[in-house]
Amino acid sequence: MRKHADRLFQALSMATLIIALAALGVLIFDIVKDGGSRLSWQFLTNIASRNADEAGVYHALMGSIWVILITAALSLPIGVAAAIYLEEYGTRSRVARFIELNIANLAAVPSIIYGLLGLGLFVRIMAMGQSVMAGASTLALLALPVVILSTREALRTVPSTIREGSYALGATKWQTIWNQVLPMALPGILTGLILALSRAIGETAPLIAIGALTYIPFAPDGIWSKFTVLPIQIFNWVSRPQPEFKVNAAAAILVLLVLLLTMNAVAVVVRDRFQSRGRG
Amino acid sequence: MNVERRRPVPASLAGVTTSRRGQSPAAFDAPVKVAVDGLNFYYGTKRALDGISIQIRSNLVTALIGPSGCGKSTFLRTLNRMNDIIPDTRVEGTVLIDDQSIYESRVDVVQLRRRVGMVFQKSNPFPKSIFENVAYGLRINGLVKTRAELEGRVEESLQQAAIWEEVKDRLQESALALSGGQQQRLCIARALAIRPEILLMDEPASALDPIATQRIEELIYELKKKYTIVIVTHNMQQAARVSDQTAFFWLGRLVEFDRTDKIFTAPAEKLTEDYVTGRCG
Ligand SMILES: Nc1ncnc2c1ncn2[C@@H]1O[C@H](COP(=O)(O)OP(=O)(O)OP(=O)(O)O)[C@@H](O)[C@H]1O
Ligand SMILES: [Mg+2]
Repeated sequence: MRKHADRLFQALSMATLIIALAALGVLIFDIVKDGGSRLSWQFLTNIASRNADEAGVYHALMGSIWVILITAALSLPIGVAAAIYLEEYGTRSRVARFIELNIANLAAVPSIIYGLLGLGLFVRIMAMGQSVMAGASTLALLALPVVILSTREALRTVPSTIREGSYALGATKWQTIWNQVLPMALPGILTGLILALSRAIGETAPLIAIGALTYIPFAPDGIWSKFTVLPIQIFNWVSRPQPEFKVNAAAAILVLLVLLLTMNAVAVVVRDRFQSRGRG
Repeated sequence: MNVERRRPVPASLAGVTTSRRGQSPAAFDAPVKVAVDGLNFYYGTKRALDGISIQIRSNLVTALIGPSGCGKSTFLRTLNRMNDIIPDTRVEGTVLIDDQSIYESRVDVVQLRRRVGMVFQKSNPFPKSIFENVAYGLRINGLVKTRAELEGRVEESLQQAAIWEEVKDRLQESALALSGGQQQRLCIARALAIRPEILLMDEPASALDPIATQRIEELIYELKKKYTIVIVTHNMQQAARVSDQTAFFWLGRLVEFDRTDKIFTAPAEKLTEDYVTGRCG
């Protein structure tokens, strides 16, 4: 009886997995069929154009890369620092517990809300305008809860025997965290960061809310530059009536996918580097 | 007064006690290094140590024996305040090291742990290279100035811990690739590297084969010239071989503390005798 139930459960999980993967496969197949032929070096290096055949994603691609790099640069140190505070220093205080509760809630807030916050805080009050910095700051807010939660999780997996070993040698708390705990937690931290960035790189709503433009005649040349990103470009092309632009949209989605995969690959490489420092 | 109750201690056990001590008579009148008075320790509301008072003398090896769960590790960890990092614990009583109370608020715990080294019950090498494991304590405490000095101290420590020959060609390999016994000796080397004054060893030989165990015991004998050593062990023969004084713990209390030969040949307490002869515990 138990054995049958076990089999059944196994079959069910397998089936759901296959359905999920199949749906994904069909989706990717569809996009490749539509946009695959449109992909070319020109498509990457050409700028947006009224003419679908000449239009490319250069500005949007550069915008996405800029925004995601700055988002990472903002959310990683802030998120890790916040997590260290909550996990290692402030676990007993009331403030910490209050913050903790809210972080979990923040992770569930719809992204458009972050966009409105970004518009008020970064674009208007802090007068960043519709710049890469404003966009990245907004997306960093969006990414922070995930980075903080996964970093805390990663810090918690470091065995207490390692901390004790470090303390017993006369290490301070900070030396212990910096030299022993963080390196061991790094793979988990990076996984969380990539997860958060993968979500951020596909976001359209918050960036439209802060006023990122759909057409920009130049690529960003710094953090104060105006910008557009791939999802906005895709959104723009999809909403055009001409079918040629739909093809462009499919091709741009492929570019976005490749960008995402590249990011993941980089994270895996970095992670293995750090792990092998201990093992190798 | 317990004489009538006492049964004769087996000769085999009594015999081992004097084997090595003959080489260098222990100085039982050496200055007191650690003076513990009325020490209580609580995990939450659970009392793990109950009114411990004991004086540990310089350059002697003090063995802590007693059944599992009687508080040996807890006691050891009160001596370098390692229990501080366990939440919800409480200490009462005094612990003086060189006549300085270590539980006063102005005491620098980091400084204390530098003086009171520790080898843990479960070996816990860092997931770094063998070299880095030993170099860590030297680096964070700023004890060496040059790379050559660092390498010298690392080699010296590994040699003291009787593991140098096995690892000298693979210092850059991960410590996690070592066997359990090698890892334990690496942890001993790591503790020795910063040259503490007191060395706390929590069952350092429990994962070692007889040869490595013998090496560790010889090491302890060597080290007591410079260090004050407190060692927890479940192995009665080992306690008898390496220690000058032995403390017998039972349910969080210190039942008896005396010269090792006395504990093993003519203990004052019935409980001690039953334990060292294997009749209980
Ligand atoms: N972190 C902890 N939290 C709560 N109770 C603990 C903790 N560590 C130890 N204890 C309890 O304190 C008592 C003494 O434990 P301790 O580890 O000091 O025993 P021990 O003599 O070292 O035993 P062993 O020989 O098995 O290592 C035990 O009853 C144990 O359950
Ligand atoms: Mg123990």
